[in-house]
Amino acid sequence: MKLAVQDLNSHYGPAHILFDIGFEVGEGEVVALLGRNGAGKSTTFRSIVGLVAQRSGRIVFEGKDVSLRPTHEIVREGLGYVPEERRIFTDLTVEENLEVGRQPKRPNAPHWTREKLFALFPNLGEMKNRPGGRMSGGEQQMLTIARTLMGNPSLVLLDEPSEGLSPKIVEQMVDAILTMKKEGVSIVVSEQNLHFARLISDRAYIIERGRICFGGTMAELDARPDIRDAHLSL
Amino acid sequence: MAFYVVQFLTGLASAASLFLVASGLSIIFGVTRIVNFAHGAFYMIGAYIAFTLTERLSGAFGFWGGIVLAALAVALIGVIVEMVLLRRIYHAPELFQLLATFGLTLMVEDLVVLIWGPDDLVGRRAPGFKGAIDFFGQNIPSYDLFLIVLGPVVLGILWLLFQRTRWGVLVRAATQDRDMVAALGVNQKWLFTSVFAVGVFLAALGGALQIPRDAVHHAMDLRIIVEVFVVVVIGGLGSIIGAFVAAVLVSELNAFGILIFPKISIILVFLVMAAVLIVRPWGLFGKPEAPARKTPGLTVNPWRPLTSNERLAALAALVIAATLPLFAGNYALTVGSEIAIFVIFAVSLHFLMSVGGLASFGHAAYFGLGAYGVAFLAKMAGLPMIVCLLLGPLLGCMGAAVFGFFAVQLSGVYFAMLTLAFAQIVWSIAFQWVSVTGGDNGILGVWPEKWAASPSHFYWLALGVAALVTIALRAMVFSPFGYALRATRDSLLRSEAIGINAKRIQWTAFVIAGTTAGIGGALFAYLKGSVFPDNLGISLSVDALVMVLLGGVETVSGAVIGAIVYKALNIWLVSQTDLSKLVLGGFIVLIVVVFPKGIVGMLETLAQRRRKSSPPGSPLLAKPIESAE
Repeated sequence: MKLAVQDLNSHYGPAHILFDIGFEVGEGEVVALLGRNGAGKSTTFRSIVGLVAQRSGRIVFEGKDVSLRPTHEIVREGLGYVPEERRIFTDLTVEENLEVGRQPKRPNAPHWTREKLFALFPNLGEMKNRPGGRMSGGEQQMLTIARTLMGNPSLVLLDEPSEGLSPKIVEQMVDAILTMKKEGVSIVVSEQNLHFARLISDRAYIIERGRICFGGTMAELDARPDIRDAHLSL
Repeated sequence: MAFYVVQFLTGLASAASLFLVASGLSIIFGVTRIVNFAHGAFYMIGAYIAFTLTERLSGAFGFWGGIVLAALAVALIGVIVEMVLLRRIYHAPELFQLLATFGLTLMVEDLVVLIWGPDDLVGRRAPGFKGAIDFFGQNIPSYDLFLIVLGPVVLGILWLLFQRTRWGVLVRAATQDRDMVAALGVNQKWLFTSVFAVGVFLAALGGALQIPRDAVHHAMDLRIIVEVFVVVVIGGLGSIIGAFVAAVLVSELNAFGILIFPKISIILVFLVMAAVLIVRPWGLFGKPEAPARKTPGLTVNPWRPLTSNERLAALAALVIAATLPLFAGNYALTVGSEIAIFVIFAVSLHFLMSVGGLASFGHAAYFGLGAYGVAFLAKMAGLPMIVCLLLGPLLGCMGAAVFGFFAVQLSGVYFAMLTLAFAQIVWSIAFQWVSVTGGDNGILGVWPEKWAASPSHFYWLALGVAALVTIALRAMVFSPFGYALRATRDSLLRSEAIGINAKRIQWTAFVIAGTTAGIGGALFAYLKGSVFPDNLGISLSVDALVMVLLGGVETVSGAVIGAIVYKALNIWLVSQTDLSKLVLGGFIVLIVVVFPKGIVGMLETLAQRRRKSSPPGSPLLAKPIESAE
């Protein structure tokens, strides 16, 4: 087991956001976390990497409970996080953004270099010295993923990578995620877009109002149109 | 002509130290979001330690080695401060951080006197730079030339550090989004600590390099911090280039201002700062910050007016306070009057700070202006006391109207720095314009008339005014104006979106608070019979801040309790120890770290916990104007 989340509860101030969230990710697997806006996908990811202060439960990564560790230590264990809002460092160039993410090699994870990442995202290679603030949304999305890969993670939490992107860029994103998978990176991807998720995922969980209400393979999900319609369609 | 060139070069030389200190402040702020008030204190310690080391170590190596060692030693002190104190309060509201570092500054001021004594210390001249160079009959100290070169060199080194090293890239990234940096596996703690160390090193180096030019003394921290605040406000907080350009600008203005307004050269700097703020409120090289939702405190309880029972309790407390003259002696009554006056002062700041969300670090300016207003009217115009009391505060009102107009263009720490700089400017005028204000000697003989002369009558007067002011401001909190002000505090954008003219509302609040403070100052002048520049000094501004925080920022009337407790404690403390600043500074740090909600806030929390089943409200027990004694 790569990652196991058990009984995760999170609060923002007095508001209880996540209720007993639990899910698992196998070695090399791509798992989708599906749900509508505000269902709790981003909060789940933020809680896993320790960016939500008020949380309880167990987060077991590669056999170690990391739930009490500070964010940077969790990430250094090899658990990469790509935030939804992209959060590019706008004053820093593409290369400098990558430098911030750089971490030493890890024995159980693929090793990413700038060259390898520029091959994965050719657009970035053409604008190495451009400040992050002067890039399009799609280029920024690629840069956030590349920046996280510079940490050589063995698992990546990808928060809504397709959001707000043009169809052409979404295609590139699918290719990139499949390449990451082929290299051996485990991935949890949060999505509202079922079609996008279907292209990349092995299994899916559905989250609604802070609770996991379905877990299974993509085929199992397709066999239950009632669940899909109740929790995913607009 | 040669004279002007020399004057220009002198300005450039002064800019070097100013730039070092200001860039340190900027770097620290950029990453940690802490405006390090103690930066001036680190500058001062740097100068003192450098003085000692350069005296002990001999030769050229001893001198330069001593300077660098001093800066390193102070950087180490900075690391300890960061790890022990600041790490606990990074997530506290910015006001608490300013206040905690101010508390440190107070402690340092007493400590350096304890260690190095109260006298000015004149340091060694720099080996190799002892002479002067003749420039068309004018002398330029060669050490000045060294400093002129040093400034740009340090700028270049900093530029390389930030552009060409991994550390620099991480710092620049953290300046923009520190959580994201942590989410990429960077240990923020050590990044913060190292940034703080570099910033403090620069401040201490700036101080150490001053010893061949200026005497070392225990008030140099406040002087430099005010100049540095002006520099970073002009240059833009967080910008090193901005710090450099603004340091040169301010130093040149000082150098030439002396020629134009010999007595009050600081006016020129003020005018330039005002002009910059109108055109670019975020400074010449700064970037406008996205308006963030700011809360004045840690949690917000909805405010509500007092219930009729609570009103009765408050009235009873007032009546009890009014009986003080029946059994207390003259000294107690004078102390009581002073406390009542400080209740007025604290309540006025509380109005601006808690209701308006604008934390002024220079509120004493308006208190002092009220006092000077009374003194001018009474001594120069010879008007009767009642007229003076009514008109005197108008000087505070006018000051607040002028400075407030500029100050409300900014928010948060910029607002705090600007109000502090304004207050220091008013202080400088009162201190330097001897022919009008009497300078350090103040204005004496402002005594109350017969009807208010006896301690008991004056006490009733002060108590009555304090009660009226408190009631009036409280009523305003629950008036439409108060709603608009609180809406502006909670969300500037949203309140503007529903048609509130936010800047005008805030400006009005500033003027109301300033005028109210002026009323307190007017009474204070009569209580003391004299007016001094200290009546508008920084330490008085901070007294007011501590009173508000001690009472509780988030409460409606905590400032009343805060003022009573703090002032009584302060008067007692000053009578007990010579090291009042050390104790007071320690006390402030303690409040910030241990009781961030203040006395009344704590009582409210306790009361709420006791009646858990009932809906949350803020049972403000009372606003008793009790006597100390």
